[in-house]
Amino acid sequence: MAMAEEAGMFVVHQTIGTVLCCKCGIPMQPSAANMCVNCLRSEVDITQGLRKQVIIVHCPECDSYLMPPKTWIKCRLESNELLTFCWNKVKNTDFKKNKIRGVHAEFIWTEPHSKRIKVRFTIQKEVLANAIFEQKYIVEYVQHEGMCDSCSRVQANPDQWVAVVQLRQHVSHRRTFFYLEQIILKHDAAARAITVKQMSEGIDFFFANRSHAIKFVEFVGKVAPVKSRHDKQLVSHDLKSNNYNYKYTFSVEICQICREDLICLPLKVAASLGNLGPLVICTKVTNTIALMDPLTLRHCFLDAERYWRTPFQPLLTCRQLVQYYVIDVKIVSSEVNVGGSSYTAADVEVARLADLGTVLYAKTHLGHLLKPGDYALGYDLYGANTNDAELGKYRGLNLPEAILIKKSYEETRQKKRGKPRPWKLKSLNMELDEPKSRVEQEKVNSDYEQFLKDLEENPDLRFKISLYHNREYQPSEMGTVTDGEDVPSVPLEELLADLDLSDKEVEDYCMEE
Amino acid sequence: MMSGFCVGLQFENSCEIGVFSKLTNAYCLVAIGGSENFYSIFESELADVIPVVKTSIGGTRIIGRLCAGNKNGLLLPHTTTDQELQHLRNSLPDQVVVQRVDERLSALGNCIACNDHVALTHTDLDRETEELIADVLGVEVFRQTIAGNILVGSFCAFSNRGGLVHPHTSIEDLDELSTLLQVPLVAGTVNRGSEVIAAGMTVNDWTAFCGSDTTATELSVIESVFKLREAQPSAIVDEMRKSLIDSYV
Repeated sequence: MAMAEEAGMFVVHQTIGTVLCCKCGIPMQPSAANMCVNCLRSEVDITQGLRKQVIIVHCPECDSYLMPPKTWIKCRLESNELLTFCWNKVKNTDFKKNKIRGVHAEFIWTEPHSKRIKVRFTIQKEVLANAIFEQKYIVEYVQHEGMCDSCSRVQANPDQWVAVVQLRQHVSHRRTFFYLEQIILKHDAAARAITVKQMSEGIDFFFANRSHAIKFVEFVGKVAPVKSRHDKQLVSHDLKSNNYNYKYTFSVEICQICREDLICLPLKVAASLGNLGPLVICTKVTNTIALMDPLTLRHCFLDAERYWRTPFQPLLTCRQLVQYYVIDVKIVSSEVNVGGSSYTAADVEVARLADLGTVLYAKTHLGHLLKPGDYALGYDLYGANTNDAELGKYRGLNLPEAILIKKSYEETRQKKRGKPRPWKLKSLNMELDEPKSRVEQEKVNSDYEQFLKDLEENPDLRFKISLYHNREYQPSEMGTVTDGEDVPSVPLEELLADLDLSDKEVEDYCMEE
Repeated sequence: MMSGFCVGLQFENSCEIGVFSKLTNAYCLVAIGGSENFYSIFESELADVIPVVKTSIGGTRIIGRLCAGNKNGLLLPHTTTDQELQHLRNSLPDQVVVQRVDERLSALGNCIACNDHVALTHTDLDRETEELIADVLGVEVFRQTIAGNILVGSFCAFSNRGGLVHPHTSIEDLDELSTLLQVPLVAGTVNRGSEVIAAGMTVNDWTAFCGSDTTATELSVIESVFKLREAQPSAIVDEMRKSLIDSYV
């Protein structure tokens, strides 16, 4: 008929007549079975042979349901995942066997504590030779309680760890770890860690699962130049089922080069980098090390693999920074963009604050920042007694008298000492070592303070981490005395409002607004 | 003799009795079954009035679907053996012309549906067969389809009083067929919703026989459309005799 219509032929309009249902006699439109729906329903029950009660196992600790043989699926009551779970449970066994097609499923409300889940399924089946019959029926899922494997393991020994990642950096300060802590917090990389422990020269992360530890190691490898190795230790084994339980250890070592370090490159490395002047400053450490020659403004990148092939140590680190007073600045060249930041080569006359009598001449890359009368921090090569083997290998090397690293805001900071900052950082929940001696504790505190100052001074450091609004901060009533030069601070737009779900704090926050 | 309306027939556990029997106003053909039950029911209903003949066609028992006939004649497929042909010629009354038809479509019962005046045939029937039908059965022949099916002999059953067709027949088709056949038609089912009408029942002007699965609703429909309640066999047979006598004179 349809073909005739398409062909353009005249087709008589067909009206469907009514026949009587062969059982009950009511007039109805002819159907494949020629019985009215009610008679068909009374005649045929396609739910015959389907289970109306199904048992499912639920873990009360982690609210997940067992999909045999071993998978546990986490789903909340009346969620889509639970519906899919219930559907799959019935589909593979009952529906396939009886050649039934499931069309629709929905939950029926049950009391949450009743341990029963009811689902109404709409199913279709072919009945009486090419009549498709649709019927709804209810399946009741009885929930039995049973702990899943991971929860029972945790219950037995909550401190049990399977894998540990030991991050180490053999330097005398903890700046890298402060920074890493913030990055880890931002990316939530330590979410799966059972415990985090602070050790000397590093941090230990304990995980319940080897794959979590591997993921963490890979994450660290992306943010810092690292070298890692792994080992495992047999804890127990079951001869019958050939199950072996291990404890895995990942040793991750971060390279010793940090930002603002002065490095004397070994001969081979300098040659491979195109004869970069043996004295370089490290400007940035991510998963590559950015090195810059302050005298020639040349720069290069060293990635982790290359570094670890021929590892080298810094000549002078941040602890050896000395304060300088800038007497005169003479700009030599125009502003150059080196690896994302701009520098200007300049000749400077400086004097150490400790020894204002001796005037030192040096070349620096900070020409765009320094003006006469400024303070700067740098390495005192004039007075330093360096014992580096590499330095000795260079013949005819003229060491500069001073290498300036950064501008110092120490004097202006004096005025703001003691005042809280308008922003704060979150910290990881770490188990600390036994309390160290007071000297060491002070060192750590000053390191942290230095880290915060670094954050204020360097916008690109801030870029990678999250800063939060400090509720306790009250802007001071008296106007800050501007000295022509403000202490660098974090602009308000960069701060994130800390999400707080308690009522009281919300009120406070609203009032603050 | 009360009008018969027999239900609950089974031929060897099958309720498709129209396959194994052929009922017309002048004779009745019945297949040779395992037990005599089938035959005895027909006999008890019809024995006094018309001859009930046990036969096979082409060695098969599906005689209802292989032959087509009315009171004037009987058409048999080319697969009929000579013995069967002779047997039928002998058993049936003389005014019934028994003819073997050479036709590609050999299931004549499926292809031809007829009463004493009109016949509906399969659309692909040969021209010669059509002429033969008109001659032997003395009917007007129309090529038709019923609810889009070309096997008209299977999907409808009609007598001189009324007819039952495939349930999916549209109203326009029903009207058209009704005008052609000049009898009231109704769309319905037989044997609990089966659409193959002629296989499930067999009917003439005063009796009908239905398979065992037929429901009460279907029975009432059949009863009303074939007007079986008022039918008196003797009256009809007398009418036939009258016409015969008339012809003498």
